[in-house]
Amino acid sequence: MVATSNSTVDAPSVPHPSGAAILAAIKAAGVREVVAVPDIVTSDGLLWPISHDPDFRLTRLCKEDEGVSICAAMSFNGTRAVLMMQQTGLMDSLNAIRAIGMDYEMPVVMLVGLQGKEPHLPPEQSSVYGVRIVQPVLRAMEISHSLIEAPGDEAHIPEAVDRAYALSRPHIFLVGRAPEAS
Amino acid sequence: MTIPRDQALTALAPHVRDEDIVVAVYQTNFDWMALNSRPLNYVAVGAMGQASSHGLGLALANPDRRVFVFDGDGSLLMNLGSLVTIAGSGVTNLHHLLFANRTYEVNGAHPLPAADKVDFEGFARAAGYRESRSFSDLETFRAALPGFIDTPGPQMTVLEIVPGAPYPRDYAYIHGAEARQRFRDAFKAPR
Repeated sequence: MVATSNSTVDAPSVPHPSGAAILAAIKAAGVREVVAVPDIVTSDGLLWPISHDPDFRLTRLCKEDEGVSICAAMSFNGTRAVLMMQQTGLMDSLNAIRAIGMDYEMPVVMLVGLQGKEPHLPPEQSSVYGVRIVQPVLRAMEISHSLIEAPGDEAHIPEAVDRAYALSRPHIFLVGRAPEAS
Repeated sequence: MTIPRDQALTALAPHVRDEDIVVAVYQTNFDWMALNSRPLNYVAVGAMGQASSHGLGLALANPDRRVFVFDGDGSLLMNLGSLVTIAGSGVTNLHHLLFANRTYEVNGAHPLPAADKVDFEGFARAAGYRESRSFSDLETFRAALPGFIDTPGPQMTVLEIVPGAPYPRDYAYIHGAEARQRFRDAFKAPR
């Protein structure tokens, strides 16, 4: 069963990030390979535009943990990649991230949509259990992560990607509000 | 009829060029390391059937190299969707060789679910691999190898095998930083 929020009634309106700005930041980080399982949070603003953008090569996956291995393997010759999924897929991929990203110390950069999160709330205040636990789980696993919620949050993407590859460690961008397509 | 695993690997060895990448799992990996230690042996696959996905990443990022995945049947069953992902990716440089012993060998040799029924050759064909074939006889496999080893992929070759010589299981090496660094350094070597 997918838990959904029931606390968005009368929620304040908040600005959403620009999908185009996020994609520009990903390109600025030197990423041209995207591997993905569709996620409704990032579908219209990121994944569909990526699928039409000749600057990117998109590899569609059947299951998210495949992408952890694909991105790690690509990195051996310096190829940078981003793995896209929903937080349900992140939870399902934790052992792959543990083994390949953390134990093997490999750079795996992920963009994870937080499906069901109330746009005006931080993830840990969400009424949705599957959203609320994401950051505590990542902290327990010592996995670097950051939020993309508001316009301008994408500015840190190139530096975070650079750091992931320089340190050879995973980094996860948590997308808490659906990016606008423009 | 079945093929001793080390004899299958010995038959394969002359067909693997220096610049090729080999991704191998579990006992097949240990046997291959003993029989053909080489810098572009990729051993850092973790667990849970991820070898085929590592192979795909390497094939996508290195289109000028052939990538051989020496997979296990139990491993592939844990990542069966990767067959579809590989077929859909468009890679032509990936050769998937499945060493099918119908058991989880290193975890106590327990049988696979439906061990006597699973059709791995059929799985790959149905997923969209360019070609798929099976062998259970060493001499037939050896004779057929030159006919498909250089053809465009993705190619599936299922080998019905039994254990061969008992090569040691060096888990510390395959999970260690030294093996990954050796592989990484191999990319920097002039070709």
